[in-house]
Amino acid sequence: MNRPIRNIAVACLALFMLLLLNANYVQFVQADELNSKNGNKRVINEQFSRDRGSILVDGKAVAESVKVKDEYKYQRLYPEKDLYAPLTGYFSYIYGRSGIESSENDVLSGSDDRLFVNRVVDLISNKQPKGGSVELTIDPLAQKAAAEGLERLGDDTKGAVAAIDPRTGAVLAMVSQPSYNPNRLASHDFDEVQKAWKELTTDPDKPMDNRAAQQILPPGSTFKLITAAAALENGVVTDIDDKVKAGTTLKFPGYGYTLPNENGGNCGGNTITLERAMNVSCNVAFGGLALKIGQDKLAEQAAKFGFGTDPIDKLPASASRFTAPDTKLEPPQLGQSGIGQYDVAATPLQMAMVAAGIANDGDVMKPYVVDTVRAPNLRVLDKPEPKLLSEAVSSTTARKLRDMMVSTVTSGTATSAQIPGVEVGAKTGTAQSTKDRPPYAWFVSYAKDGDNEVAVAVLVESSDTARSEIAGGRLAGPIAKSVMEAVIGK
Amino acid sequence: MTSPVWVPRKRRGAEFFLTVLAVLIGIAAYASVGLGVEGRIPADTYKLGGALIVLAVATHLIVRRVAPYADPVLLPLVICLNGLGLAMIYRLDLGRQQIDPDRAAFANSQLVWTAVGIVAFAAILIIVRDHRRLQTLTYTFGAAAIALLILPLLPGIGQTINGARIWVVVLGFSFQPGEAAKVCLAIFFAGYLVVKRDALALAGRRVMGIDLPRGRDLGPILACWLVSVGILVLQRDLGSSLLFFGLFVVMLYVATERAGWIVVGGVLFAAGAYFGYAAFGHVRVRFEAWLDPFADPDRNGQVINGLFGLAHGGILGQGLGQGSPQLTPYSFSDFIAASMGEELGLTGLMAILVIYALIVERGLRIALTCRDAFGKLLAAGLAFSFALQVFVVVGGVTRLIPLTGLTTPFMAQGGSSVVMNWAIIGLLLRISDQTRRPAPEVSTFASDEETQVVKIS
Repeated sequence: MNRPIRNIAVACLALFMLLLLNANYVQFVQADELNSKNGNKRVINEQFSRDRGSILVDGKAVAESVKVKDEYKYQRLYPEKDLYAPLTGYFSYIYGRSGIESSENDVLSGSDDRLFVNRVVDLISNKQPKGGSVELTIDPLAQKAAAEGLERLGDDTKGAVAAIDPRTGAVLAMVSQPSYNPNRLASHDFDEVQKAWKELTTDPDKPMDNRAAQQILPPGSTFKLITAAAALENGVVTDIDDKVKAGTTLKFPGYGYTLPNENGGNCGGNTITLERAMNVSCNVAFGGLALKIGQDKLAEQAAKFGFGTDPIDKLPASASRFTAPDTKLEPPQLGQSGIGQYDVAATPLQMAMVAAGIANDGDVMKPYVVDTVRAPNLRVLDKPEPKLLSEAVSSTTARKLRDMMVSTVTSGTATSAQIPGVEVGAKTGTAQSTKDRPPYAWFVSYAKDGDNEVAVAVLVESSDTARSEIAGGRLAGPIAKSVMEAVIGK
Repeated sequence: MTSPVWVPRKRRGAEFFLTVLAVLIGIAAYASVGLGVEGRIPADTYKLGGALIVLAVATHLIVRRVAPYADPVLLPLVICLNGLGLAMIYRLDLGRQQIDPDRAAFANSQLVWTAVGIVAFAAILIIVRDHRRLQTLTYTFGAAAIALLILPLLPGIGQTINGARIWVVVLGFSFQPGEAAKVCLAIFFAGYLVVKRDALALAGRRVMGIDLPRGRDLGPILACWLVSVGILVLQRDLGSSLLFFGLFVVMLYVATERAGWIVVGGVLFAAGAYFGYAAFGHVRVRFEAWLDPFADPDRNGQVINGLFGLAHGGILGQGLGQGSPQLTPYSFSDFIAASMGEELGLTGLMAILVIYALIVERGLRIALTCRDAFGKLLAAGLAFSFALQVFVVVGGVTRLIPLTGLTTPFMAQGGSSVVMNWAIIGLLLRISDQTRRPAPEVSTFASDEETQVVKIS
């Protein structure tokens, strides 16, 4: 009977070889694929239990992981609660991540390839892997000023502020109101997290949207900066002293529609200078210019300022639009588009880019929000260089546009933004949407004071303010002013 | 002059040394569970570790006393597995109670069952001084196997747990008689085949190139096996029916030395598997979970979780107490192999598989060297069933084959399994002691010499 027993021994050996090979297949070959499957709680737990890196603003953590005594070992904490939520996003066990928590997850969780050596060292020294940190470009004073400015308008205020450094594109402030407290979603009390999630996602005000970068709304008169830029660049007018057609209404021969001015006035005459048109935000003048410039040239100018492209990396954002693609605008529509109405829609970030481009001699820099990415040992892994997005206008045109913006502040609709001793240029906007809702108040501005430069766009979507009181200059201007003051230190 | 007789060395010292190593592995496992889960060496280390030392020393002394020539490697291997299993069950107790403090703890009862198993092990070694005496009880064991298998079907004491009616509950203790039936059946098969092997191998008709034995030779054993598998199918115990079938076919092959039985067995198995797939919903579910578990993540959550655990373990494992094996349902019993793979990694799982392989090959080696046919058959049957069991359960957990419910010997939580596996090791050691023991001195040899002193000069 020995021969069959020997055969069985060989067969058993084969069975065990199969088990060993299969174990290698599952635990080595297939492991990565299995680890990245949806619903793999182990991997989620592991990421959740790691000493995740911080998100820093001016050296202070706005998102950090603190040690706690529960099974996940670390609790994600947002010390500033809702102030930085549009930037940091949330880090939730159940609902995943958003914002920088999501886009820089590899670094923060420590699984980035650039941290490979750190991981190996951690493995050998039997330490838990640590995440790297991400420093944002935000100026905390500007951020606070922007948030407080919106809050001052009342609890029900919806709006957003975006501020950038015109020379680099570094985002100095990004505020969206109403915001949310990411601590509620990062909690380890999952019932509470689910409750918070339900509240936040069913809230009609969409507090989890970053209005500054994600929401496109008609920019209204602030778009006149682009119309003016296109007019100057294309020789429709040569200087800001050139006369343009004004009056009470703009007529479109053959159409039953006429474009009026905001308050029914005549802008100070039937022909006025371009500068004057800008100062009083004359609809008739800019509607007329748009018709002369033509749809293609106007669209081209808007695109040069960044319309139609995703404006910023690392954060969810929407592209602004001049008009729907492949649409031929009828003259009345083109006239309306020239004053930032009809189908034109932009984010506050995009409008800040317009002001920044003008302030920066016509060069629009690509906005960015991540300043430095560091390994756990503080070694710099990445420090993005400022990138030129496009040369939107010539420096001569930029100079002319700045002159008009400055005079709008000194003697036009934007006087609310005056800062003594500082070059401040601005353009207001009061955009109509539908008849049954209040207009949007816009304010787009820049300030230069020696080594300090900033471009700000403020949008007040709705507030407790009475409808008749709503105007970009009155509502949004003071907010822009306080942000500019915060940056230039006045 | 006596011719030099080869006397196998007892090698009890080697066994002792290996036992110490095995116990150290077990205690180290406890300590690292405590460090991993709670950050300190748990108080239970001394209790469980101490108990492990006592049990290991007891087994060693018993073997030294009543089976001094027994194989010296088997016992340390088994103690190592048992210790690792206990540590992992303790670890999973802690993990599951972190989720819900009211969850039952299994480590202590498993320790008690281990002690009971070692008592059974000792009892077999002490009572059965010669395994050949079991052969006289061939039909008794056959009947006992059937009786044990019927027990769970009896109303009152039988219980259905997790869809399989394979449990008996008496006085609050639950027991799976199927585990004991396996051993009884192996003894019955061995006893019967020893007597009938020549008839089975030689007498009979040749049909289509295959020598079929006469019905009266094959009948009883076939009937016994059919009844067993029939009962198991009624009880929905897929794993055990596969195990009994494999045991039957292989012992028939060893006894008759005819490979044809393996072919016939393979064909029957394929037919049976197809029938099971077509006829039973629960078999189909297992098949689909095997082919593509991710097609229905809710239903196949256990298999998927086991795979996630294995992948999470990777090559070196998370470390004892530092993975999340408690996330997998039945991580302490059916899926303990996945739990080991998660915390000890591919390396640890492979080491465990090698230990199992060593136990099997040691068992087969005992079968090879055994001098009597009954012992040979019994050792081969027990060793093979052990191998098949490990293959079916570990293969099921790691998605090599469809999942069937069987216990991982010596590691999975479950009293009947631990006790009966210790009993199996007792039987193997008994056979190996018989095998390696030097033949008793034949006193007539000397007197013969004296009668032959006639010198022819």
